[in-house]
Amino acid sequence: MSPAAGSERVAAWSETELGVEGRVLDVVRAPAGVLSARGDDVDPTSADIVQLAADLVATMRVSPGCVGLAANQVGVGVRVFCVDVTEHPKTRTRHGTFVLCNAVVVASSRNERAREGCMSVPDLTGDVKRASRLTVRGRLPGTGEEVEFSTDAFEARALQHEIDHTDGLLFLDRVAGAHAIYPRQTYL
Amino acid sequence: MSTDLYAVTVLGHDRPGIIAATTAGLAELGLNIEDSTMTLLRGHFAMMLLCRGGSDAAAIERALAPLAVGGDLDVAVRPVASGPAPAAGGSAWVLTVHGGDRSGIVSAVVAEVAAAGGNITDLTTRLAGDLYLLVAELDLPVDADVAAVESAIRAAAERVGVTATLRPAEADEL
Repeated sequence: MSPAAGSERVAAWSETELGVEGRVLDVVRAPAGVLSARGDDVDPTSADIVQLAADLVATMRVSPGCVGLAANQVGVGVRVFCVDVTEHPKTRTRHGTFVLCNAVVVASSRNERAREGCMSVPDLTGDVKRASRLTVRGRLPGTGEEVEFSTDAFEARALQHEIDHTDGLLFLDRVAGAHAIYPRQTYL
Repeated sequence: MSTDLYAVTVLGHDRPGIIAATTAGLAELGLNIEDSTMTLLRGHFAMMLLCRGGSDAAAIERALAPLAVGGDLDVAVRPVASGPAPAAGGSAWVLTVHGGDRSGIVSAVVAEVAAAGGNITDLTTRLAGDLYLLVAELDLPVDADVAAVESAIRAAAERVGVTATLRPAEADEL
């Protein structure tokens, strides 16, 4: 499948293809060990992974501000994540809601630094430099199709953040320096 | 006129106006603030300034004495030698360590940096719930075996139940 076809396929994908009802799962927080271990590659056509894909989307949907969720954030050490940056103001290219299995970065360029947070690290944010042009390859849950597509801006950042999760890395592992970590502000 | 260098530290309960009062006192003495850093450590105000000028330490202490009147701030003034020349060469790295909080994480990891002749140039640690986080910027000597240093740091981190990541400090030259 060409990158252009991959992009169209991912944009057309929705969780209704999975044919199962997603369940809302608890999100685990650092220092849970599952967040620091690389997940196992999966068979994207297996029933367990299809259910997990639906669960990830369901959990993302009920979590305010959440634009992506990786399997190890719900305590499952496999390389699966969902993303949906549609509503985020920093988004340019968007592919709607999608889930990728065994995803890898194929190409990246144009690094930009921006502040990131994470549901699994709720008390801290940090400045992380990431590519703003990105090509990724992965497999869709259910059909198992391999897709490769390019994106940019905030969707590129979200994809790198989630792929890092599947590799056992938190944004903390990529912060730009000792003064690039910030306590999350809470105003009572 | 003397141009001695002084380190001024202000520590204690945070409230609005501490920096304004400190710097006003220094300005009245004609001191020039060079490097400075300020942060909140678990809500406590912590600031260090290096300032240079023609006053002596006693005069600076007198000028800043009103800050400590309430008893909730500690102010100290110390003369310091002018800064040493920065080491030549080497390479700059960012070290991240995180995991479950316990005693000994910092000492276990930074011991490996020191053993490699590395010099930590900036350090932040944060305790957030059960999560302990250390981010350090460090310089390694020109002849350092970076892979061996990273391996030693990772092993030390593992012994205290945390993970460590060592990455080059990237600077975008424009």
